[in-house]
Amino acid sequence: MDDLGKNMAKEILNAKRLLCPLPVIRTQDKVKTMNAGDILEVICTDPGVMQDIPAWCRINGHKILETISTEMEYTIILQVA
Amino acid sequence: MSKQRKAVALISGGLDSLLAAKTIIDQGIYVEGINFFTGFCVEGHTHAIRKKDKATPKRNNALWSAEQLGIKLNIIDIIDEYKDVLINPKHGYGANMNPCLDCKVFMVHKAKEWIEENDFDFIITGEVIGQRPMSQRKDTMPVIAKESGADDLLLRPLCAKNLPITLPEREGWIDREKLHDFSGRTRKPQLALADEFGFEDFAQPAGGCCFLTDKSYSDKLVDLWTARGRKEYDLDDVMLLKVGRHIRPKKNFKLIVAREEGEVRFLQGYKKEFINMNCASHKGPLAMIDGEPSEEDLLLAAQLTARYGQGRDAEFVDVTIREKDGVERQVTVKPIKADQIPLQWMI
Repeated sequence: MDDLGKNMAKEILNAKRLLCPLPVIRTQDKVKTMNAGDILEVICTDPGVMQDIPAWCRINGHKILETISTEMEYTIILQVA
Repeated sequence: MSKQRKAVALISGGLDSLLAAKTIIDQGIYVEGINFFTGFCVEGHTHAIRKKDKATPKRNNALWSAEQLGIKLNIIDIIDEYKDVLINPKHGYGANMNPCLDCKVFMVHKAKEWIEENDFDFIITGEVIGQRPMSQRKDTMPVIAKESGADDLLLRPLCAKNLPITLPEREGWIDREKLHDFSGRTRKPQLALADEFGFEDFAQPAGGCCFLTDKSYSDKLVDLWTARGRKEYDLDDVMLLKVGRHIRPKKNFKLIVAREEGEVRFLQGYKKEFINMNCASHKGPLAMIDGEPSEEDLLLAAQLTARYGQGRDAEFVDVTIREKDGVERQVTVKPIKADQIPLQWMI
């Protein structure tokens, strides 16, 4: 692991039961408290996040690492720019 | 070298704010978007809840606009602060419970605070004189500039030539000649400009972007306030007013009956906060009971719940009643007939 990897923090944001755009707002507010390179896992129940959080990331330059859909939950893992 | 000037654009997700921002970006100004979430925004919620909307993309149009423009978008939660705007609007309501003029004053005021905190120079909006009956009139647009405190820092690129000169124009940051003189309710100039800019697939919501302009939604909100005896709400109230059939047989309780699978799934998230029921002997919807029902009221609610299930024509239907703590019991009721439901019960 390089130096960046050693210092990288990983956080989880529970945005279940929130409907868009609230999960986006919570993600935006959480990312403001994090550093470049940090990883954020956002767990949601509104399928709209699969469109909105990646769009928000594209606009702001953050990188989507993975999206996971199950019947009841939608998880988005992003890296802060 | 001259200073790079910066503007914040109020982005609703509609065409006008998209065009206004693009007009200013094309003049070399650095623009970021700001989008205020009041809780009543049409964006998102119902698309996420209702199955019938699945054919339409679940995109957030403000984010989509920002992406088309290549600008950052700041989405700001103003749910709590907005309550005072809705409950006590200085300029009153529009045709429904929409406090459009106070709303725009509030949003521009918030944008003014934002530019001060973030060292931006001015504010742009997609307003057009005569476009909306309350907030976009020749006599009310100066009210927004004055009461918000933005004054001549507020530039409306789509109709600027019809308005007094603003600071960005006076200072030469913006070329007034390259701004527009749109007015009235016609959408032709906007559509022509969208074509010129190459924008396609933009949102044009027929009823605006706010649930408060919707009669049915406003009726439910007024009913909620009347039943509670006070004007107050929280975010769950705002969401639940968007979902299901609302039936109030008595002042002390109402039913929210899911109309389809998406609404059932959404209402299931509230099972611990409301007494709820569904048909046990037949297929049928989930119904939430909001208020303080008596035992007799619950039996009436069960008859109504049965009415909206597949057992509506059966002589008897078993209905499961679930308390907030999850304790269940079953009652057997006669489904109420359509002609036994007074019209005034339907909110």
